[in-house]
Amino acid sequence: MSSNNFNNDNQEDGQGEEMSSNMQTPSAAGLAEVAGSRKQNHPGSHAMGVGLEARGIHAWFGEKHVLSNVSLDFWPGTVTALIGPSGCGKSTFIRTLNRMHEFIPGAAMAGEVLLNGDDIYAPGTDVTKIRLKVGMVFQKPNPFPSMTIAENVLAGLKLAQIKQANKDDLLEECLERAGLWNEVKDRLNHHGGSLSGGQQQRLCIARSLAVRPQVLLMDEPCSALDPGSTLKIEETISHLSSSVTIIIVTHNMQQAARVSDYTAFFLADGGPGEMVEVGPTNEIFSRPKDKRTENYITGRFG
Amino acid sequence: MTSQLQATDLSSVKPSKPWKPSKRDRIEILLTLFASVLISLLIVGIKGWKSGGGVGHVYFSGLTQMKGKLAYLAVFFITYLILDFTVSTIRRGTAAGKDAIFRALVTIATTIALFPIISILISAWMRGHKGLHLSLFSKDMHSSAFTDPITHGGLIHAILGTGVLVILSVLISVPLGVLTALYLTEIQGRFTRPIKFLVQAMSGVPSIVAGLFILAAIVYPLSKSFNGFEGSLALAILMIPTVARTSEEVLKLIPGDLREAGVALGGTQWRTVAMVVVPATRSGLITAIILGVARIAGETAPVVLLTGGADTINTNPFHGTIGSLPFYIWNGFLAGTPESVTRAWAAILVLLVLVLVLFSLARYLGSRKVGGK
Repeated sequence: MSSNNFNNDNQEDGQGEEMSSNMQTPSAAGLAEVAGSRKQNHPGSHAMGVGLEARGIHAWFGEKHVLSNVSLDFWPGTVTALIGPSGCGKSTFIRTLNRMHEFIPGAAMAGEVLLNGDDIYAPGTDVTKIRLKVGMVFQKPNPFPSMTIAENVLAGLKLAQIKQANKDDLLEECLERAGLWNEVKDRLNHHGGSLSGGQQQRLCIARSLAVRPQVLLMDEPCSALDPGSTLKIEETISHLSSSVTIIIVTHNMQQAARVSDYTAFFLADGGPGEMVEVGPTNEIFSRPKDKRTENYITGRFG
Repeated sequence: MTSQLQATDLSSVKPSKPWKPSKRDRIEILLTLFASVLISLLIVGIKGWKSGGGVGHVYFSGLTQMKGKLAYLAVFFITYLILDFTVSTIRRGTAAGKDAIFRALVTIATTIALFPIISILISAWMRGHKGLHLSLFSKDMHSSAFTDPITHGGLIHAILGTGVLVILSVLISVPLGVLTALYLTEIQGRFTRPIKFLVQAMSGVPSIVAGLFILAAIVYPLSKSFNGFEGSLALAILMIPTVARTSEEVLKLIPGDLREAGVALGGTQWRTVAMVVVPATRSGLITAIILGVARIAGETAPVVLLTGGADTINTNPFHGTIGSLPFYIWNGFLAGTPESVTRAWAAILVLLVLVLVLFSLARYLGSRKVGGK
């Protein structure tokens, strides 16, 4: 709430990092407050801490500083949308949340990501366990080409060597939750690649759900899909949000408004990407506090 | 009004392919071809006529046969090129004319590339089919000499020996080659560049060098005798670079987001590679093995140097000399009598067919999809 102070007028590039890094922590705290008050079904959220917290995240690729000082809390049972123009660090940011960032050669980061209170970057952390708890859906649907639909859904169990007693039930449950069961129940032994793009993406969602993640990161999951498939994915997201914390990167502002409880606006203004503003989605879209957010959501740039 | 029009249209709509060449186009193409043949017959024919004999004789028999064929082809291609270009330019403009030149050049290159292959197949058949008989596949050479009539003895020891040598080489070189490719594409460690360079350099190693290396490193100091395993080792040296480079190429084609998806599901890198990346490249890896087998199946120098070339069946690569088709072919030509040369050509034919069968089988296995679909 205190972030109001910094949002008086159009900020120029030169005002830089100092300014923006000051404004992010309070706005994240603001989000926490708002979320605590809005989500009555998550008691103790102010005392116990949230499910996933990013604290002062910076990211580099080689010498290039691409993301500066992002702090953001993600509450259980909420959908958070990250919006902003291309190259502002949204995808980089969510990739730091399940340690996929480190796969890119030359990548570096600073800050803390707390999952249930523990820093996922702490030495000795089993990174595969982190990725089981923080699942990911990618921009392009990527079912495993050598596997059938059923094998794709259950691939996580095999990859992470999880023993599962009743695989058929899990298969049906995951496909059901991803909104795909009715369409594929008669052809579970077909190739994953035989599905349409939208179905493939829901198959990938089902695949992520099979290892029972606590958080699901979605990196522009609909950007390669047609409007009908996009709608289906959005329905899936709203069904899932009661049981899984969802963080979705999107370029589609209508989508952000439709599916998310909170929206964070990222912007790279010449320098590294920063989080300009975060808040309940309806507020971000109805009365953004920062002029730059307003310019972006009204289509004046980006 | 409009809907009525559509209704009448719909009933009379027939599927058509307006982009296909029309009757007139086809006649044009045929005429161009015919004219080219005629012109080249005329040109080369006149040449042949000067050297004596009628036009037909020059092409189909006589000393100038090769020369005549080559000249005929060259003239035909050039004539066709010019005619096709001219006709296309007149009918459809300069752009179409240039397109015709390019098309003709590509066709010529393909034809020229196919010539050696087809002529090898034809000459193998022409010279080898007289040596084919059923007992080739049931008898060996222990009681027959190469100079005996061709119905004596057989190839079975050589076929089995080649099979043993190839299988053993595959068993040695495929794991090594694929693991090298995985190191180059998946691990990308500090030694990626030097290893890539070495693999490339290794693929240029002459087969006799591989054979001599095994001879110097194993036969002289250690085993002091010839056997199939030593031959397989030399063949594996030749096969590893082919397998490694081809596997590397197919592994590079696998999109990075498949690897990311595997890791994002909580898999370790090793499990992701084993369960997602390698299965996704299955048909490509089979191609790599095929190319590797193609590299070694007919390889002669290391086999002659190291296997000893038995005349009886020996399927134990670790003990005693072992026969093989290349060795048999080499022996046949060495003996030099008409019978032995015919035997050698028959063995070449058998080798070609074996390799073909092997490749078709591998292709079939590699193209089968999961889930039986």
